[in-house]
Amino acid sequence: MDFNLTEERMMLRDTLRRFLADKYAHENRRSLIASGEPYDTGIYAGLAELGVLGGMFREDQGGFGGEGFDLMVVFEELGRAGVIEPVLPAVLAGGLIAASGKGRQRGLADEIIAGTHLAALAQGEAGSRYDLNHVETTAAAEGDAIVLNGIKTHVLYGAEAQTLVVSAREAGAVADAAGISLFLVPVNTPGVTVSGHRNMDGIPSATVALEGVRLAETARLGAAGGGLEALEAAVARGLAAICAEALGAMEAAKDLTISYLKERKQFGMPIGKFQALQHRMADMLIEVEQARSVVINLASNLDQPRALRESHASAAKNLVGRAGALVAEECIQMHGGIGMTDEYALSHFARRLTMIDHLFGDTDYHLERFIALKAG
Amino acid sequence: MDLNYTREEQAFRTEVRQWLKETLPHELREKVRLGKRLAKADMELWHSLLNARGWLAPNWPRAYGGCEWNAVQRHIFEEEACLAHAPRSLPFGLTMLAPVLLAFGTEDQRQRFLPRILNGQDWWCQGYSEPGAGSDLAAVKTRAVRDGGHYVVNGQKTWTTLGQHANWIFCLVRTDPDAKKQEGISFLLIDMDTPGVTVRPIVLIDGEPEVNEVFFDNVRVPAENLVGEENKGWTYAKYLLTHERTNIAGVGFSTALLTTLKHVAGRVNSGGRPLAENPHFAARMAQAEIDLMAMATTNLRVVSAAAKGQAPGAESSMLKVKGTVIRQELTSLLRRAMGPDALPFQPDFLDGGSNAAALGPDHAAAAAPSYFNMRKLSIFGGSNEVQRTIITKAILGL
Repeated sequence: MDFNLTEERMMLRDTLRRFLADKYAHENRRSLIASGEPYDTGIYAGLAELGVLGGMFREDQGGFGGEGFDLMVVFEELGRAGVIEPVLPAVLAGGLIAASGKGRQRGLADEIIAGTHLAALAQGEAGSRYDLNHVETTAAAEGDAIVLNGIKTHVLYGAEAQTLVVSAREAGAVADAAGISLFLVPVNTPGVTVSGHRNMDGIPSATVALEGVRLAETARLGAAGGGLEALEAAVARGLAAICAEALGAMEAAKDLTISYLKERKQFGMPIGKFQALQHRMADMLIEVEQARSVVINLASNLDQPRALRESHASAAKNLVGRAGALVAEECIQMHGGIGMTDEYALSHFARRLTMIDHLFGDTDYHLERFIALKAG
Repeated sequence: MDLNYTREEQAFRTEVRQWLKETLPHELREKVRLGKRLAKADMELWHSLLNARGWLAPNWPRAYGGCEWNAVQRHIFEEEACLAHAPRSLPFGLTMLAPVLLAFGTEDQRQRFLPRILNGQDWWCQGYSEPGAGSDLAAVKTRAVRDGGHYVVNGQKTWTTLGQHANWIFCLVRTDPDAKKQEGISFLLIDMDTPGVTVRPIVLIDGEPEVNEVFFDNVRVPAENLVGEENKGWTYAKYLLTHERTNIAGVGFSTALLTTLKHVAGRVNSGGRPLAENPHFAARMAQAEIDLMAMATTNLRVVSAAAKGQAPGAESSMLKVKGTVIRQELTSLLRRAMGPDALPFQPDFLDGGSNAAALGPDHAAAAAPSYFNMRKLSIFGGSNEVQRTIITKAILGL
């Protein structure tokens, strides 16, 4: 048993941490969001150059990592710095292209790794909530073409992407597991309308309308009607990524709070001397360590059979959701008013932690899913 | 023991409900219902409507234009106003400053300031907290030095809610730096148009500049604006903190929130059925409802004692702690209920008129911002940690 990182991963972590400490100060991040730019393309190119994107893919996919611990190391650092640049799409859409792509489709993965092409996953819909299998968007054969119709919601980085990986139904009822296919849709295809917005945590997102979008057969990614399996596996990797990101954000929020408890004086002493706060801080530390363990569990089970992988995915998202809420709320409370200000980094970590709970299933959703997976 | 309202109280409730139905403008009601941000004009409109009915100052004596409602009547009014999605009346002039003027001010001060609160000429804000004086409020450093017929004020206040709209601020200032820290504080009224006053908005976690920093640079304040005696300000501040706090539990707000939550959970789809039928979510909602049912009675027990003239002391700390925990839980549940639709940040919709379309269903746009905003409940007005310390000392005797 060895809980140490390999030398390569330690190097990646240290380089990334130095890069972000140097370029991604809270003030830079705040002014970036205030500028209205979705993200900093220079930083994104820098991340690609450091190998952050390549680290999301296996060697046979053109990368040099791709294992759970590669995701964990990278996303913990991204979370610690509050990075809003599109690394997650490389795991989700990029991961699907690399895993299911054939022939020319695979070429896209190389461009994604180089940071020259952005592909975003468009799977959510107005009625789907967190269910990947709830797909109302239709894909119907018309002669040689496949025609997509539907509206995809909460497409992270959808307005910045050049290609969308769209889940659409070729057969079956709205919530059936079978009959869902994935399609590669260039955003400039006639009938695609993308409206962008920003989320509470500063991450760009979009709504995508697909009206009579005509695609060639070659646009289908993976087997017809078998898209859910691939989607679920990619989302499990995405969950590992955002759980690790949440872990980084929790560490950063915790560190800020510890410093504040030592510096802030009220009633003639540092507030960290009050036992009422000390014990809560101790509880927080325990929960953050538990979160680290549950992320390690998921990272080491990503390539296991579905039942095992998914039960770890749901366990991680549930525990990280609970720990994240505790850290966000308690860190704000122990800071007092200053913790609620936009100027101070803590409020940004709190926003990201809270919004991560709304991505790919919240604590309640994954609790229920964990029960079902264990019963099955 | 009788948990029923009297016939008179029930008639009063009907009268309030009817008035709200007839008077509260639809657009204002929708703004409040959907959690949109209220503009200064919205709040002024609400005050003017209440004032026209003579209901703006529930706790003031009739002689000064108030209603002289007892605590039960005030509770009924607040509950009905919340359920009707009426805005909250601004507490700064009405329930924070006025009781201090009525108890400790001069008749001149009452005649000068109280009518202007009612007719909307003055918008007050509170100058208590400072960067170095939060939970430890008695550590205020803002200095007021007597110079002939004036005080010269230097220092900084912070977390001044809606101070950007205000033209007057009531402040705790240090007039005797050598006395024990509670004993050198005075209560001073400052016209914010005086040279040397600067207001800087602070953007909060929900994206809204709801609070401000207020700076005083050699601000000359006429000595007649001192309330009560010099160096007795702490007594007046404490009077405020233990009086007029019947709505501190926020039962009306929570009741309205629970109604919205049930409405949303009944409509949002979760795995092919309404979220309200999801056992995990239903259990969370039910627990919050049970807590709120108990809090409604806990609150009424204190309210009813207050109506009999037994002023709530440390009991209001109990109401604040549990009341805010319940309200925060309800906003957290509403945020969770929205699922992915809680993600987008939609300031244009929240700020704009009713025409701006929002992403997601009703209540989605405000769900996350409200959740974040409501974190303030356990911080301001004496943090919940301070309230627990009060309970520990005053009730438990530990």
